[in-house]
Amino acid sequence: MLKERPLSPHLQVYRPQMTSMLSILHRATGVFLFLGSPLLVYSLWGIAEGGTHFQQMTDCLSHWFAQLLILGWIYSLFYHFCNGIRHLFWDVGHGYEMKTLYASGNAVLLISIALTAITAYFALQNLGGAA
Amino acid sequence: MSLRSPLSKAQGLGSAKHGFSHWWWQRVTAIALIPLTLWFVYSLVCLLGSDHAQLSQWLAQPINASLVLLFVLTALFHGQTGMQVVIEDYVHSTWLNLTLLLSIKFASVAMAVLAIISVLKVVLGG
Repeated sequence: MLKERPLSPHLQVYRPQMTSMLSILHRATGVFLFLGSPLLVYSLWGIAEGGTHFQQMTDCLSHWFAQLLILGWIYSLFYHFCNGIRHLFWDVGHGYEMKTLYASGNAVLLISIALTAITAYFALQNLGGAA
Repeated sequence: MSLRSPLSKAQGLGSAKHGFSHWWWQRVTAIALIPLTLWFVYSLVCLLGSDHAQLSQWLAQPINASLVLLFVLTALFHGQTGMQVVIEDYVHSTWLNLTLLLSIKFASVAMAVLAIISVLKVVLGG
């Protein structure tokens, strides 16, 4: 008499809240960042090999789709960085009041976007606007 | 009344026999990654537009090579602990769960070795 019943928690009956959305975004950005680690190691290997391997690596990284992914990784890195610090405060027992929770959440969103913009600005300046 | 033996209580290792070491090391690596990440992003931005000779010269400096390896290895370890939690939480099929967990571990170690060998090659001028 086994029946397929919905399992708790019934996520579909909840209105999306900032707290839960930021929480799942922390996991999503973490997974996305881990999936980017092969590219980081590949770049180190490209520098070590030099020659055509290095050329291939830089060609690959300057493709528009790679550039889009890199922008995504930069934002993910800063989001995960800021929200990770928020998590560390929770780990030592601080910041659980509703007001603080929303304030720190907004701060994380704002600061991560600002850091991404600053990084992109200096990156483009360094490339002489050629990217 | 508790059914747990006094020894098991004193050891505090729980049913998985690891205690809270997984949770603890995820936090330790997270804290280490705060300065390492800032340094790494700053360095990347400064290095943009460099050619191969400039990149090799930069990476050959002992301080830069050490910090790059510390960043990559700590990030891989931290990422691997996080991926483990995500897989354990969302992948309920036993075989897929085990396959993914093992793939994550093997891939992390393989990437760590390749990163170390690559940076060493540049440092030692191979």
